[in-house]
Order: sequence, then structure tokens, then C-alpha cells
Amino acid sequence: MAVSESGAPVIDPMGQFTVGPLFGGGDVGSFLTITNSTLWMFVAILAISALLIAGMRGRALVPTRTQSVAEILYTFIRSMVMDILGEDGKTYFPYIFTIFIFILFSNLLGMVPGSFTTTSHIAVTAILALAVFISVIVIGFMKHGAGFLKLFWVESAPLALRPVLALIEVISFFVRPLSHSIRLAGNMMAGHAVLKVFAGLLALLIYSGLGILAILPLGLMVAITALEFLVACVQAYIFAILTCIYLNDALHPSH
Amino acid sequence: MEGNIADMGKFIGAGLATMGLGGAGIGVGLVVGNFLAGALRNPAAAAGQTATMFLGIAFAEALGIFSFLIALLLMFAV
Repeated sequence: MAVSESGAPVIDPMGQFTVGPLFGGGDVGSFLTITNSTLWMFVAILAISALLIAGMRGRALVPTRTQSVAEILYTFIRSMVMDILGEDGKTYFPYIFTIFIFILFSNLLGMVPGSFTTTSHIAVTAILALAVFISVIVIGFMKHGAGFLKLFWVESAPLALRPVLALIEVISFFVRPLSHSIRLAGNMMAGHAVLKVFAGLLALLIYSGLGILAILPLGLMVAITALEFLVACVQAYIFAILTCIYLNDALHPSH
Repeated sequence: MEGNIADMGKFIGAGLATMGLGGAGIGVGLVVGNFLAGALRNPAAAAGQTATMFLGIAFAEALGIFSFLIALLLMFAV
């Protein structure tokens, strides 16, 4: 935590989201510069590979602990994809599993003190959400041709209402990548900022000699940290399940 | 006093925008509360509907997050 000239701790909740080059100072020069964001994405990929490749190496009938974690994640996402997309969703399972596990590990690695939460940046989540959005459009038109546009034409509604509903459906369709990305980034950013604000409050209390009063906020801080772990998992799950729902529109566009 | 009127408007606007998050709180509470009420009546069917509950939470929350975004935009981008 930064310290001001008089020695008092300074609360800077947004400072943890600064993207900067890993080697040498200055600004982020080009998009090829290796930043702290890049570093933590690589760490996430390495951790995922370690879990899924090294963990599954034994392929034991009675799984070890690491193997059973990998198996639980796999079967959990697989049953979710099968429930929502049905049998023809099998093709898209690797994509959804990749998205889920990358977001899950990015979120959880962001909880390591001093680390950087890559998913707290809209730039990162927007790419993930746009990839989903574009693949929904491409898959929809590839599978159904112009029939994909039936998605916007609600045939179960009365005829007079259909143009109005079509307008609403079109708007809600194009808002999807926005809400999809901002939900994840907003949750992670807000959660980490809250943690930092509470930590700053504790530091201020201890600095001003009221350390005894800091016991209760410290307990609350622990509870909020636990809640953040829950949010990290739930947001990864929600991102994956929404991807499934959106893909379902592409596969079965008629209501 | 330092600062100017535009900054003042920015901060007041950001503060007002965060009120939208209260609405998200109400929405999420309604979703989970109704889910629990239903789940306690028919616990056997509850397990199959947790995914739907999370979806409801996600949609209710998204609109609150939008207002959070507006607050952030006012603070850091305008």
C-alpha cells in the first residue's frame, strides 16, 4: 500500500488495475508489449495445462485428488452443455469448456495477493464476448440460412405485436456482447475495489492507533474475501452458461 | 474551494448512477427468494433449476452493472 508524505497510508482502490509493461518502465508501447496482464494470462494457461495435462496423466480408475478436480470440472461443464444445447451441442463443448476454465483460472488467480486480475478489464472480456457473439451469428446463418432471422420474429405472439417484439428482440440481441462482457469485468473490478477499500480502512485505523477497533472490520474483510472467491467461480459459470444459451439461439432459432 | 462546476456535476452524476445497483440488489433478492420459496415446497425439483436461478441472477444483475459502468465512465472517461 502506498504511503503519503506524512506517513499515512493512501487508499488507491483503482491502482491495482493499471496495465503496465513488465520489463522497463514507461507506457504500453504497442500491442506486442508484454504487460502484467499478458503475464497473468500466461500463468492462467500454464495452471490450466498443469491441471488438465499433468493431472490426467495417470488416468487412474480411482482418481487422485488432482485428477478428480479435472474430472469434476469436465463433467460439470459437459452436463451443462448437454442440458442446454442437446445432442448437437457436443461440437461446441471444447469451446465452452475453454472459455469457462480460462475465466475461472483468471478470476481465481486474481485473488492471489499482489497479482493482476486479467478479467477485470473490459478489453479482455469484450474479446471473449465478441467471439461468442460473432460465432453465434456465423453458426446461425451457416446452419439455418435466412431462417436464423426467425429468432427475431416471434411466431407465438399475435401478428400485430410481432413488429414491436422484433424491434425489442433485435435490440436485446445486439446488447448481448455488451452485457456479457461488462457483467464479468464489472463484477471482478467492483469486488477487487471493495477489497482494497476495506484493506485501506484497516490500514488507516491501525495507523491512527485505533488497532483495537480494526478487529471487527478484519473479520468482515475475511468474509468479503470468501465472497469474492464465490463470485469468481459463479461469474465463470454464468459466462459459460450464457454462452450456451446464446449458442442455443444459433442452433435452434425458432422459439 | 478548488475544482469546477463540471467536476462537481461529474461526481454527483457518478453517485446518482450507483443508485441503480440498489435495483440490482432488489432484483437478485427477488430471484433467489422466489427460488428458495419454490425449492422448499418441492425440494426434489430444485436441483434441476439452479442453472435457471443463476441465469435469472445474471440478467437481473446485468442492468445494475450497467449503472455501475455509467458511474465508472463518468468518473474516468468523461
